[in-house]
Amino acid sequence: MSLLQIDNLSMDIVNTSILRDVTLTVDPGEIVAVTGESGSGKSMTAFSVMQLLPESVKTSGSIYLDGKDLLQATEAEMCRLRGNTVGMVFQEPMTALNPVKTIGDQVTETILIHKAMSPADAKTRAREVLDRVGLPADRFPLSRYPHELSGGQRQRVVIAMAIALRPKLLIADEPTTALDVTTQAQILDLLKGLVEDFGMGLLMITHDLAVVADMADRIVVMRRGEVVERGPTRSLLAQMKHPYTRQLFEASGHQVDLPPRPEPKPLLEVKDVVRDYRLPRTRPFAPHGHFRAVKGVSFELHRGERLGLVGESGCGKSTLTRALLGLEPIQGGSITLDGEPVFSGTKPNLAVRRKMQVVFQDPFGSFNPRHRVDRLITEPFFLLDEPPTGKAREAAIGEALEAVGLAAPDASKYIHEFSGGQRQRIAIARALIIRPELILFDEAVSALDVSVRAQILDLLADLCRAYDLSYLFISHDLSVVRTVTDRVLVMKSGEIVEQGETEEVFSNPRHPYTRTLIDAAPVLPDLDALGRSLTDA
Amino acid sequence: MLNYIFKRFLSLIISLAVASLVIFFVIEVAPGDPAQFMLGINAQPDTVAALRTELGLDVPKWQRYLGWVAGLVTGDFGTSYTYRTPISTMIADRLWVSLPLAIYALTLSTVIAFPAGIYAAARRGKGGDMAVMGATQLGVAVPNFWFAMMMVLIFAINLRWFSAGGFAGWDKGFWTGIHSLTLPAVSLALPQAAILARVMRSALLDILGEDFMRTARAKGLTRRQALWRHGVRNALIPVLTIIGLQFSFLLAGSIIIEQVFYLPGLGRLVFQAISSRDLIVVESVVMLLVFAVITVNFLVDLAYAAVDPRLRSRT
Repeated sequence: MSLLQIDNLSMDIVNTSILRDVTLTVDPGEIVAVTGESGSGKSMTAFSVMQLLPESVKTSGSIYLDGKDLLQATEAEMCRLRGNTVGMVFQEPMTALNPVKTIGDQVTETILIHKAMSPADAKTRAREVLDRVGLPADRFPLSRYPHELSGGQRQRVVIAMAIALRPKLLIADEPTTALDVTTQAQILDLLKGLVEDFGMGLLMITHDLAVVADMADRIVVMRRGEVVERGPTRSLLAQMKHPYTRQLFEASGHQVDLPPRPEPKPLLEVKDVVRDYRLPRTRPFAPHGHFRAVKGVSFELHRGERLGLVGESGCGKSTLTRALLGLEPIQGGSITLDGEPVFSGTKPNLAVRRKMQVVFQDPFGSFNPRHRVDRLITEPFFLLDEPPTGKAREAAIGEALEAVGLAAPDASKYIHEFSGGQRQRIAIARALIIRPELILFDEAVSALDVSVRAQILDLLADLCRAYDLSYLFISHDLSVVRTVTDRVLVMKSGEIVEQGETEEVFSNPRHPYTRTLIDAAPVLPDLDALGRSLTDA
Repeated sequence: MLNYIFKRFLSLIISLAVASLVIFFVIEVAPGDPAQFMLGINAQPDTVAALRTELGLDVPKWQRYLGWVAGLVTGDFGTSYTYRTPISTMIADRLWVSLPLAIYALTLSTVIAFPAGIYAAARRGKGGDMAVMGATQLGVAVPNFWFAMMMVLIFAINLRWFSAGGFAGWDKGFWTGIHSLTLPAVSLALPQAAILARVMRSALLDILGEDFMRTARAKGLTRRQALWRHGVRNALIPVLTIIGLQFSFLLAGSIIIEQVFYLPGLGRLVFQAISSRDLIVVESVVMLLVFAVITVNFLVDLAYAAVDPRLRSRT
């Protein structure tokens, strides 16, 4: 019998079926990836192994872990298993740790709660596992608090807590989704190393096929609560028997067809922009320190051009975005649109602001839930001196909604009636409605499922054809930037380290940092090569 | 951490200075002549003039302000116009009733509210939660003097465990004093406990939904262990804020309860001083209360930092 054996697991929450007949196994030392889009039930499968489910859930089938049926286990028995026989790593490292306890306390707690060692030994073990996950004692003493660590470091602490007692099975639920590509690569390496060292089984939940393609031994593809395909990674990817697997694969590497761009004519000019943040005083009456988030950035965006901006979190790309929009003053340099400054004197220049719109990342948080769609998407009209009213307003709303693939009657609905992808369409409609000359997409597709993301990218290409859009596309996702931009800027620590034609930068990166980024980004395997190697074998 | 304390302390000093200025100028300067006001419209001019000299109103305002502040700092609050006794003694006597009463009531309210709030949060939506929430609804809705009267009826008149009113004084022993403050403290504490329990419950429910509570469960903690080890301390910040506000209220706002139980407290002193237009007493008591509120806020700020390491490192 396998280490973990899930047989015909079905799950319902108040008459809604969440999982249907899910069967999967994990052996010791094996990495099994469960992949699928949101709503596929992959996370619920993981949580059912931990038995950390809402109380209203009804389950049937069986989950055997190390020979014990978890669905029959009492809560007390489960508490003995959790953290001991099975450990879990979560998606969001920023919130997965208790902010008021030291990392040492939190790691030792796993050991002490199972009464596995004396407090002194537990402390030694906590130190050992923190060292093992790459948090050495000199820089990361046990007395550190979570808020003193970065996202990647916090994820390492979460992993240390999960493996402190050398569990037989580790469950990782989207462990790298919230992390930068380079950090992601390190965390994946760490997980792989732990599986090898300890002979653990690893059940990894991810929406990103590319992440698991060169890591997992076996892949399980789920859709709407069912397993649609399973198999060893290479043969599964080479054959892709189920159309959904193929659809997922194609959507992950989706390419769009951008129309050619017009002759270069400057639209947005950014010269030597500097943005300083004031730091709190280090001691009373000491002068304020400053943190320079953007260090003399210069670039141009031409009319009709699609420009990409890539970089890791903290590199200053969001700060730069806010400065471009005139939301914050800059401390040096100039930002002009059509020759006019976006920020004049002490306040944003409205004449320029109305030529720019922005689409944000979070399709769930960026709308007021109490307003109807028509009011939401006409908000940019406040920037106009004479906003259209009556019939003209209705026509504008209808046109904007239809342009993004929705229908005019959707205007009277509330935002909660729409899915994430539809909301992002509404966000684009809101940006389009005053026909801006420039749109900023700030991680606009990062929160979407791959198939929805592919549709939104297609929509962008269509809009480029229909409206001659110029946009700045800010993203940490290199594969997306590669397909929807003409030119790209690479930003690191507040500076632009490389810029050039997108294809050229990606296929022939000059700056070492660009190379690091591209190397760290997970890529889907080349299907032809994969097929050949399988036949050879 | 030291930097944080220093900053909070600095803001305490500034708040006190601003408060003293505002109180002084609003009461003494704004409504015209205090002496005339204190004596009423029909007073003889020479009586007013005499009072003006007595109050020291004939010197410049800034001098009077400095004198007043210097007096406050050294404990010399001046002399009451109606009682002809030093205000500092009057306030000190009253404070010996009001301060213990406030602390007693706050302790009771915390002791009742914490377990009730935690219990309700742990059993969200179940019978226990509904019972606690129903009780707190009642506690918030029913005025404290009604509790006071009911308690006098039951515990003083029927059971004769406590006296119906008055304060025995501390010179007959600590427990005698506490005994005579018990009924007033309980009636003050009940509505406060109801509010605090609701705050505790909702703060804890917010925390229970946090990711790190799930992490704790994944480590093998039981629901109860996770709640106590990771939940309660994180829920304390909003609770501390309410406790701070309640203490200030209890110190001065207990006038109705003092009236019901015939307690010689600060509330009644202010009430009498206002009715007899004894402005110097009002001014001094108000300043004292402001001092208490600001000091309590300072202590709450320090408590925040003790609870949450993120505040400590934010310099």
